[in-house]
Amino acid sequence: MRQIAIYGKGGIGKSTTTQNTVAGLSEAGYKCMIVGCDPKADATRLILHAKAQATVMDMARERGTVEDLEIDEVLLQGFSGIKCAESGGPEPGVGGAGRGVITAINFLEENGAYSDDLDFVFYDVLGDVVCGGFAMPIREGKAKEIYIVTSGEMMAMYAANNISRGILKYAQSGGVRLGGLICNSRKTDKEYGLISELAKKLGTQMIHFVPRDNQVQRAELRRMTVIEYSPEHQQADEYRALAKKIAENKNLVIPTPLSMDELDALLMEFGILENEVAA
Amino acid sequence: MSTAIKDTQKMIEEVLDAYPEKAKKDRAKHLAANDPTGQCSTCQVKSNIKSRPGVMTVRGCAYAGAKGVVWGPVKDQLTISHGPVGCGQYSWWSRRNYYNGQTGVDTFGTMHITTDFQEKDIVYGGDKGLDAALHELKELFPLAKGVGFLSECPVGLIGDDIEAVSKKAEKEFKIPIVPVRCEGFWGVSQSLGHHIANDTIRDYVMGKGALEKTTPYDVALIGDYNIGGDAWASRKILEEMGLRVIAQWTGDASVNELGIAHKAKLNLIHCYRSMNYICRHMEEQYGVPWTEFNFFGPTKIYESIRKIASHFDDKIKENAEKMIEKYKPMMDEVVAEFRPGLEGKKVMLYVGGLRPRHTIGAYEDLGMEVVASGYEFGHNDDYKRTYPEMKEGAVIMDDATLYELEEFTRRLKPDMVGSGIKEKYSYHKMGVPFRQMHSWDYSGPYHGFDGFPVFARDMDMTVNSPTWGLIRKKK
Repeated sequence: MRQIAIYGKGGIGKSTTTQNTVAGLSEAGYKCMIVGCDPKADATRLILHAKAQATVMDMARERGTVEDLEIDEVLLQGFSGIKCAESGGPEPGVGGAGRGVITAINFLEENGAYSDDLDFVFYDVLGDVVCGGFAMPIREGKAKEIYIVTSGEMMAMYAANNISRGILKYAQSGGVRLGGLICNSRKTDKEYGLISELAKKLGTQMIHFVPRDNQVQRAELRRMTVIEYSPEHQQADEYRALAKKIAENKNLVIPTPLSMDELDALLMEFGILENEVAA
Repeated sequence: MSTAIKDTQKMIEEVLDAYPEKAKKDRAKHLAANDPTGQCSTCQVKSNIKSRPGVMTVRGCAYAGAKGVVWGPVKDQLTISHGPVGCGQYSWWSRRNYYNGQTGVDTFGTMHITTDFQEKDIVYGGDKGLDAALHELKELFPLAKGVGFLSECPVGLIGDDIEAVSKKAEKEFKIPIVPVRCEGFWGVSQSLGHHIANDTIRDYVMGKGALEKTTPYDVALIGDYNIGGDAWASRKILEEMGLRVIAQWTGDASVNELGIAHKAKLNLIHCYRSMNYICRHMEEQYGVPWTEFNFFGPTKIYESIRKIASHFDDKIKENAEKMIEKYKPMMDEVVAEFRPGLEGKKVMLYVGGLRPRHTIGAYEDLGMEVVASGYEFGHNDDYKRTYPEMKEGAVIMDDATLYELEEFTRRLKPDMVGSGIKEKYSYHKMGVPFRQMHSWDYSGPYHGFDGFPVFARDMDMTVNSPTWGLIRKKK
């Protein structure tokens, strides 16, 4: 069983990319599970065709404690037999959602969600790892493989670099490794080259460049992955390609995060900062 | 520098020698030989600094200061320990703050109320649970005159908005609902908890009480927590002097008393450390002067009665003298009974608040000498008040460690040690007479004319008990 965590800047398309990729893996015959680690609980919407499923924490809250839950109540099956669970958590501005991630993952483990027949478990974690709880998927030898979703936008790259720092910390104390950057294209200038170069500097690879296509939105509106909604569409092939690359990926590294100066230099090299410098 | 100071300094150095270099340098700042004149520059201790990890400090936390000391004794308030159950459980009436009233009906002092955080409260926040608890409590105890939310650590960690809960509930219930941000991680000891609690009295209760009329003799008794009935003994003296005690903080206190103390003509403060903040506020805001006093042992009681009387007219001054005349024979009798058995005995104290200095006079009345004294959470101003009370060369300790306490005991060979519950049993094992001087070892009162005979009896009972001789002592 390979456990994989997906990180990246908020709004970059982690959930969409994860679900489409998992759909691709499932289609190729792999047994997969997605664990959503975000209080918004929207990491499995495209697989289950519905949002707001019963999350571990919401159910635990209703019942009193997590011990009162049955695994079947929170572990659901969606498209192509993909298993889905959501940690759940509070509305923005209250409580400590990170603790909920820890509780939820422990619950899933103790109750046999990680069955032997699974080939892949994907953790979809909220954008910024704001507290210890959100690092849970990469602690204690759970996910050993991480992919960072990014784009050619500066802030997404900053975030990718920052996440690499977190990975570095846990790579030294545990076995977690960076598997690559997934470029979810925003059609910014020189995006392909820029992210390839960033990946190189981080000591990893740009595992796939996912072009921008409105078919993704059309599928999302119908609460489906592209692979389910329009299997023949070229965008579905992109996700299949990404799935294949991840399945075959052996390039797992301890990242070498950049300093802020190095990151700025990279942006300048690609001409993105040149106007500012001239000014 | 005198030989007494030099000898003590040498002894302190020997004790410190066991520490690694850094710890030694750090702890050296907190231990000193006393110089009552205050001229010796190396005889001042540093205080109110974060404890050194690993040295086994006996300090408490901000919650302990706010809940255990200041807010806990307020009798007609529902004091909620907001968070997981432990903090409330282990601070459950541990200070024996006596009060009058029908517990569970109009008073709640001995009750342990907590929101008992579970994991779901951490994840989803505890505000809704707090609000629900509040409503249940108000239904169960309609006579409660106020509610306090005493925050435990997790509340601060997850950033709950307890102030919003308070605001909403105050509108609904029309009584003070006091959110106290006393999470244990604030500050270096329980001391900041006192300050935080003082600030919440100021912000949520002060000025909201009703007092029908005022008289020229109105005083407020501040910083007396009525441990074993202390405040009642103190109050009796003040009333016999002809003063009217309009508020008693916070031993046997009502919420209303917290709301009217600023109408006093004079604030009388016993425990300076835990309540000087609010006295200073009342002075600045309402122009109420304040004075410190000491009701431990006849010498200090007479001094204090005269000092308090000096703030009032001749009638009070005359009463004061009459009182001293009346009680002196009784006090002399107590001294005559117990002094022969206690004369020349040495005492080592390590307590909090006011006792490291305030009880010295009472021991001296019994012929005993305090050879070492220290504060768990004192500040510079506490030590300044302590140096003149002690003999030259006595040991002054700040935030002492268990190792230091034991070593000083071995070297100074006190006939009695007075400290807290955490120290008690290690002293029992050492075979050293010990009294728990935080809550009077289940005895009291020790304040006032009522308290001194009890104090004298207890010290005699401790020092001269034959039990200690029967304990097998380690060589």
